[in-house]
Amino acid sequence: MSELENKANDDPGGGAHHGINNGPEDDKGLGLGVIFFMGAFLVCFLSGWLLFPKLLYSKKEQPFNFDHSLHVEEIGDCETCHFLREDGTFSGIPGLESCMECHTDEPMGETDDEAVFAEEYVAQGKEVPWLIYAKQPDCVYFSHAAHIVAGGMDCKTCHGHIGETSSSRPYEENRITGYSRDIWGKNIWGIKKNSWDRMKMDDCADCHLEEMGHKGYCFQCHK
Amino acid sequence: MKIDRRSFLGLGLGAAAGIALSPVGVKLTDDSSIWTQNWPWTPVPEDGEITYDRSVCSLCPGACGISVRKINGRPVKIEGLDDHPINNGGACLHGIAGLQYLYDPARIKTPLKKNGNKFEKISWDEAISLVAGKLGEIRESGTPESLGLISGADNGSMAQLFRRFMDAFGSPNTYTMPSLESNLALTAAALHSADRSLGFDIDHSDFILSFGAAIIEGWGSPVACIQANASRHERKAKLVQVDYRLSNTANAADKIIAVKPGTEADLALGLCAVLLAKTKIAKDSLSGDVNKLAFSAMLEKEYTSDKVEAITGVKAADVEALAMAFIKAKAPVAVPGKGRGDVGQSLREFAAVQALNALAGRLNKEGGVFVMWPAGYLKFPENVMDDTAEQGAGKAKLAGSVTELVDKLEKDGGLSALFIYNANPCYALNNTEKVKAAMDKVGFKVSFSSFMDETALKSDVILPASIFLERLEDVVSGAGLAKTVVGLCRPMVKPVFDTKHPGDTLILLAQAMGDSIAEGFSWDSYEACLEEVTGDIWDTLSDDGYVVIDDKPPVGTPVTDFTFLSSAPKIDVPMGEGDFTLVPVDKMRLAGGSMISSPFAVKTVSDTVLSGKYSVVEINPATAGALKDGDVAVLKTAMGTVKVKIGLNEGIMAGVIGMPRGLGHTFNNPYVAGKGVNVNDLIGPVIEPGSGLDAAFGIKATLSKA
Ligand code: SF4
Repeated sequence: MSELENKANDDPGGGAHHGINNGPEDDKGLGLGVIFFMGAFLVCFLSGWLLFPKLLYSKKEQPFNFDHSLHVEEIGDCETCHFLREDGTFSGIPGLESCMECHTDEPMGETDDEAVFAEEYVAQGKEVPWLIYAKQPDCVYFSHAAHIVAGGMDCKTCHGHIGETSSSRPYEENRITGYSRDIWGKNIWGIKKNSWDRMKMDDCADCHLEEMGHKGYCFQCHK
Repeated sequence: MKIDRRSFLGLGLGAAAGIALSPVGVKLTDDSSIWTQNWPWTPVPEDGEITYDRSVCSLCPGACGISVRKINGRPVKIEGLDDHPINNGGACLHGIAGLQYLYDPARIKTPLKKNGNKFEKISWDEAISLVAGKLGEIRESGTPESLGLISGADNGSMAQLFRRFMDAFGSPNTYTMPSLESNLALTAAALHSADRSLGFDIDHSDFILSFGAAIIEGWGSPVACIQANASRHERKAKLVQVDYRLSNTANAADKIIAVKPGTEADLALGLCAVLLAKTKIAKDSLSGDVNKLAFSAMLEKEYTSDKVEAITGVKAADVEALAMAFIKAKAPVAVPGKGRGDVGQSLREFAAVQALNALAGRLNKEGGVFVMWPAGYLKFPENVMDDTAEQGAGKAKLAGSVTELVDKLEKDGGLSALFIYNANPCYALNNTEKVKAAMDKVGFKVSFSSFMDETALKSDVILPASIFLERLEDVVSGAGLAKTVVGLCRPMVKPVFDTKHPGDTLILLAQAMGDSIAEGFSWDSYEACLEEVTGDIWDTLSDDGYVVIDDKPPVGTPVTDFTFLSSAPKIDVPMGEGDFTLVPVDKMRLAGGSMISSPFAVKTVSDTVLSGKYSVVEINPATAGALKDGDVAVLKTAMGTVKVKIGLNEGIMAGVIGMPRGLGHTFNNPYVAGKGVNVNDLIGPVIEPGSGLDAAFGIKATLSKA
């Protein structure tokens, strides 16, 4: 009879029984395993939640601070700067020319930001290299006209209360994709509370489903 | 403390569980998928100023107006031009893929000269003096008529410029490839008078009786036809399709009349007979027409509905009902030309269908068929002809049609040089082997091609042509449209390669030949020539991009001469033996004639048409025998044997094999060539007496499991 068979014969109780017979040394091994498990779990779990988002996104500052609320107060609406052009395209970021309808190379206010704007951009005729929070990939065709004019939508629905902010928050760029964090949303799980929290394809589709009863066809946005 | 295997396991599992319960996995998956789409070598169109330029698409005879979107001057998209009198904003898939032709791998990038079996690059100067030298020798030997020309379309200034060259050189041997346009011109010449064309006012007709015309697969001016068909429901117009398979057009029709392939002419004559026997209108309409008595006597005797039933398979009662429905409609029109109406057509069939229009009093009526005058907007100065030219050009032509020419060349030669412009006979004519053999009999072939296609490969010298996006040209609508519009094709980009406008090439060549030929071509450039010859309309043409020459029915009713029909011999087609009749099938997604499908178009072809490297042939399950859907089978005709895939299809008549046309190219373009077989390889030409047309709509075939 081989050793293996002996063992089998000696130990009719099977695996569970076998474990109990293993003695105190093995028990301690299991305990350590659990501790290692817990430790690794905690480290990874917490870094996944806390560290990972910080690493994933690099922060960039806008060239200078822009006060939306001040401008809305002065001008009265969004459309003066963010207007639809005759050919249907949209002035998402107005060009310098548009700013210069009011601004000159003499700063209008006292702020440092205004001084930067006047000196570095207006005086030199240079466009401000704004970082665009809502920039979508090239494969996305988005018509503001269809949404604002035909759909009668409010800017807030997608952009949130941007008109009420007085400072430009940092632009967070995804190190892998190069896109703005605004597209995926602040919440690292991608969970949203407000319609303006995220700007992914599913968010467009959700709204379309709700409003039009249909998620839309591929070629509506991918042309 | 001893760290053992379990501790490590715990560590790994813990890390995995920790990560799994954190957002890392979800987020990284999403981000990495976006990352891969943004790899730097993925082409991303440049941002920049957007402009739109108008031009005309001349890929097919459609002559659609196009708008080319450019970014920083680089064309990026072709769209149909809104409010254009032909296509009104529409464009077909070949048109929108037009940009792919610019960078096509088969484009000829520089002048080439054949050396043994290889082409070698030469400069334009060398190429022009080489061709001019050869042509000079031919002229000096006193046989200028031995220069031939095979060209595509026969309208516009380029066709006239080539003809002018041939005249000044001294040769009558100019041939055009069969096209719907040329077939309609032949029909008009046989029934009405020479130099006319026929236009079908499908837009305003309320009863369209189509004899197999693939109205939504590329007949005539494809976009215009598709739009005319699309508005049918609104207009309450009926479409009756005479066909032997359920084409897209037949599928969209209100009624399908199933007919045995090749008997369409008999059905049309049967309908004529019913009209003559049963209605007064038709008899009255014969007043003033020529040879009407012999024609009506023939109809009475040979085309009784019973006889027509026996020939065509359409029940006698249906023949009568169809004729009555046709005559009772307010604005009926009968449309000839199976498929795209170009290759494999008989004049007897075209004429029979046109006779039906004549009897029903539909000539020059709104919604009927217009017997149209030539566009006549071009005014070339008088040509300069020396004695050699006068003598040579006065000689008889070698053959009546390009198919007859091929026959003649293959048997006993007759041309010492041949120009090929805008044509690919080695692919587009039936029995391509024979066409290639005929080409071998011509000592010196000069191709003005843009692509290294089957015919260019056979040439001795290639003078590469810029494509429509790189050149200026007047493009005349035709192809069965009931209006005449001249559009201006404009260069959208500088030539991508070292090519020239064929008009400029011809002018250079004429000037290199010197003497009277040079005198007749004394323009600085083709542009100067075009501006001169379009004199009256040039300003409007260059400002608006098109000129509508005529869009009203011509005045008066032309006389119809029935002589050809009352004696038109029936021809014995299809040739060969076998249980099946193989017929080519025109598809919207596959180009025909000299146009080669773009890679984009080929990509859109479904696997019921092209499966892997096999052409899929349609056969009715009732005649399939042991063959199953998707089987690879051997198809054999008197011309050749190929392997195909079987596509069972209840929508094709039993005993008929439908094979897609436009596949099986054999030149160097991995996207288009080597896919399927060229159906023209399998069909032998059958020359129709009296017209010289290749009337082989099909051929007998056998099919067996591979
Ligand atoms: S129908 Fe012909 S002319 Fe019109 S877009 Fe298509 S290929 Fe061009």
